[in-house]
Amino acid sequence: MTSVLASVRPDSWNFPLFVHVLGAMILVGGLLTGASILTFARGDVRFLRLGYWTLLAVALPGYIVMRLGAQWIYSKEHLDDAPSDPTWIGIGFIVADLGALLVLIALIVGGIGLRRLGSGGGQGLLKAAMVIAWLVLAAALVAVWAMAGKPD
Amino acid sequence: MSFDQWILALHVLSAFAYVAGMIVFWVLIVAVRKTDTADGTIRMAPVVKVGTIGTGAGAAGTIVFGLWLTFSYGGYDIWNFWIIAALVLWAIAGGLGGQTGKEYQRGMDKARELEAAGQTGPNAELLEINRTQRGLMLHTVASIALLLILIDMIWKPGA
Repeated sequence: MTSVLASVRPDSWNFPLFVHVLGAMILVGGLLTGASILTFARGDVRFLRLGYWTLLAVALPGYIVMRLGAQWIYSKEHLDDAPSDPTWIGIGFIVADLGALLVLIALIVGGIGLRRLGSGGGQGLLKAAMVIAWLVLAAALVAVWAMAGKPD
Repeated sequence: MSFDQWILALHVLSAFAYVAGMIVFWVLIVAVRKTDTADGTIRMAPVVKVGTIGTGAGAAGTIVFGLWLTFSYGGYDIWNFWIIAALVLWAIAGGLGGQTGKEYQRGMDKARELEAAGQTGPNAELLEINRTQRGLMLHTVASIALLLILIDMIWKPGA
């Protein structure tokens, strides 16, 4: 417990950790906002666009910053030299890699849906993007729990 | 996981909820600046609730679990500079957040008034209320306070 809470890190670890956590917070915020707006859009084209653009302009950059920060702190802590990753790191990697794939699928599917909105279609595709965004958000929260609690 | 590890995880999850709620409001603030109809403004109400729940639960969780950790863990004391700084910033962010909510509620109230009067078209007064500079400034300062809390939590000055 002491090692978890004391967190007496070398100062050089702080900035990469800050980048990682800030990116993760923006990712979670972008997913929550985009998914919520798409959920409550109820066919309103302006809202559907806003929800999609939130995923693209907030969640995606957040993911990139989070992932860059993750790799930076991972290498700073020399965890890449360890024979195997602790459980909490493993959870983080699975969620990040799978999450990246799902976010990209959501953005592609949603982007096609957005293009079809003009011709009266596309809402089903944006609904699919919304469902994926909620799934990635749930997985991201599990990752936050693992990163913070560091289960054995 | 020990009990304190669970509390730490809940503390961090609360911080994420708080920031996520603030991001919800940022997107709505940007969107509402181009909204001049009652329907367009009122349509944002359910998403406002999501933001309110995020910031409310996040603010409550960070303080409750944070204080628990302060007293539970022997190495930290409530009078440590970084903990006092976090408490002050938390209070500032919460106070400003409440003011921001009141400021943007004026737009929602006006929209409901227009809807009740059957005015569904664009309304210049509603647009002006939705573009509140005071609300934007309050939310910006509250967001900066939260950013400073994150910096404080990571660098722990004086620890």
